[in-house]
Amino acid sequence: MRGAKEAHDYRYKQCGAAGTLMANSVSVLAPKTFDHGSSERPLIRIDGVGKTYQNGTVALADVTLNVCGGEFLSLLGPSGCGKSTLLRMIAGLGAPSTGVIDWPQSRYDFSGEPERSLGFVFQEPTLLPWATVFDNIYLPLKLAGVSRREAEPRIGEVIRMVGLEKFVRHYPRELSGGMKMRVSIARAIVVKPRVLLMDEPFAALDEITRFKLNNDLLALWQQQQWTVIFVTHSVYESVYLSNRIAVMNARPGRIMTVLTIDAPYPRNDVFRTSPVYNEFCRVTSAQLKRTMIDADDH
Amino acid sequence: MVTEPTGGEAISRLARIVVPLALGVLFLCVWEVLVRWLQVPKFVLPPPSLIFESLINDYGTLGASMWNTLEITIAAFFVALICGVTGAIVFTQSRLFEISLFPYAVVLQVTPIVAIAPLILIWVGLDHTQRALLILATIVAFFPILSNTTLGMKSVDHNLLNLFDLYHASRWQRLRHLQLPSALPYLLGGMKISGGLALIGTVVAEFVAGSGTGTGLAWRIIESSNRLNIPRMFAALLLLSALGVIIFFGLSAVERSLLRRWHESAIGREN
Repeated sequence: MRGAKEAHDYRYKQCGAAGTLMANSVSVLAPKTFDHGSSERPLIRIDGVGKTYQNGTVALADVTLNVCGGEFLSLLGPSGCGKSTLLRMIAGLGAPSTGVIDWPQSRYDFSGEPERSLGFVFQEPTLLPWATVFDNIYLPLKLAGVSRREAEPRIGEVIRMVGLEKFVRHYPRELSGGMKMRVSIARAIVVKPRVLLMDEPFAALDEITRFKLNNDLLALWQQQQWTVIFVTHSVYESVYLSNRIAVMNARPGRIMTVLTIDAPYPRNDVFRTSPVYNEFCRVTSAQLKRTMIDADDH
Repeated sequence: MVTEPTGGEAISRLARIVVPLALGVLFLCVWEVLVRWLQVPKFVLPPPSLIFESLINDYGTLGASMWNTLEITIAAFFVALICGVTGAIVFTQSRLFEISLFPYAVVLQVTPIVAIAPLILIWVGLDHTQRALLILATIVAFFPILSNTTLGMKSVDHNLLNLFDLYHASRWQRLRHLQLPSALPYLLGGMKISGGLALIGTVVAEFVAGSGTGTGLAWRIIESSNRLNIPRMFAALLLLSALGVIIFFGLSAVERSLLRRWHESAIGREN
């Protein structure tokens, strides 16, 4: 377990995203300087990406960002800043209008699609209402042609990971909001993804449930060595969870700055009440506010 | 949550059966008394007792006719179900099919069945009235299933569609595991309408086909009317409504059993 964690940190440092900053500090770096300082190939390279919808709305403009293997990256911004659009394009749902998103470490198939190996958690639990918890989690494996019998041990494993052992035969509408979200997370991780994309997954939950799920997510992230890209509009949530926060701005959506939250993991409720955490939140808020003022000037 | 019925619920469930039944009995009693008291001739309005008597006495003929009508109705319903669902699948798989065929489905729906019946009768040949009845009843019953299922298949949660795309689901997988189950509540709603319409279609077609059929309940009604055997006419009418009610409740039961655990429509509110 300990060995795995060290390997995790090591992998993450290789991309050049951490380790360069002093503890207890928030560093504000221009994204380009930050990313290009890395010697290791990033896991995902987002280069000059823009998205313009058919009706002429510019959702994203010139977004450049490298995602490092093993990091917990948050996309933080006001609504309408294109963070969900960016996340969907990373998942391959819709292509960018300009720029490229490529996966330097992945193989590409004959149609030019990268092997993404990802799990996606939507803002809503997005479960099949007619299927039990078990069948909902089984869905990605079923679509991949894995038989139920083969899938059973893996499904049991993720059900234990998210703590839903007692609800295997329940239907979504018999579960609370937090439990539905756990099912959604279990479904995303059942395929053993390298990257977990989360689109404001806890926005609709009450605070206590959200804190609990934040902690559980961090524990799983450390244990499973995923790369997580987490979309949120909550400063507090992003600071609590992330290695790095990409602060985004609306009209058009773009990344204003990338902050590094250089606080050690595991983070817990002690961290949540510490002065360090408050300081990180204060600085992050100030950055977010500044970008919003900039936007109003445009 | 799936909960056991509480005392209050059990009472209301009982009341739901008893109250309408009591009202029906009261209505029949008033009818009986009024008809006897005012000495209404039985060829204008027979008392309920006479209708029941006729029902029992003529059950041989009426029962056989009922089975005939029911047979056509059920056959038409299933043909409509298969055609409607197939149509909906075709429509949702190809936009071209939808825009080219849907207007014709509407034309078929809005043209009064009585108006096309004679044509169909001639086309299938006057010796094959049963076939004509089947076709006509199917035309009437087909549309609600088609339009409801199409709507249902299009109402799939967009995030779920994204999810299926994300996992590279094939067209067939998306249809089988997402679109069809999503459309099920809509389909069942369409089936409840179509069940009744299949019966109406059959009866209307029997009326138009006239003596050629000679065996359905509609023909019994015409025949009884011609002979001024009004009690028997009422008895046939009673059987027809009974059929309609049975079809409706049967399909409602199917709906409940299929949606029982997951769909909002089949679950009571918790507050």
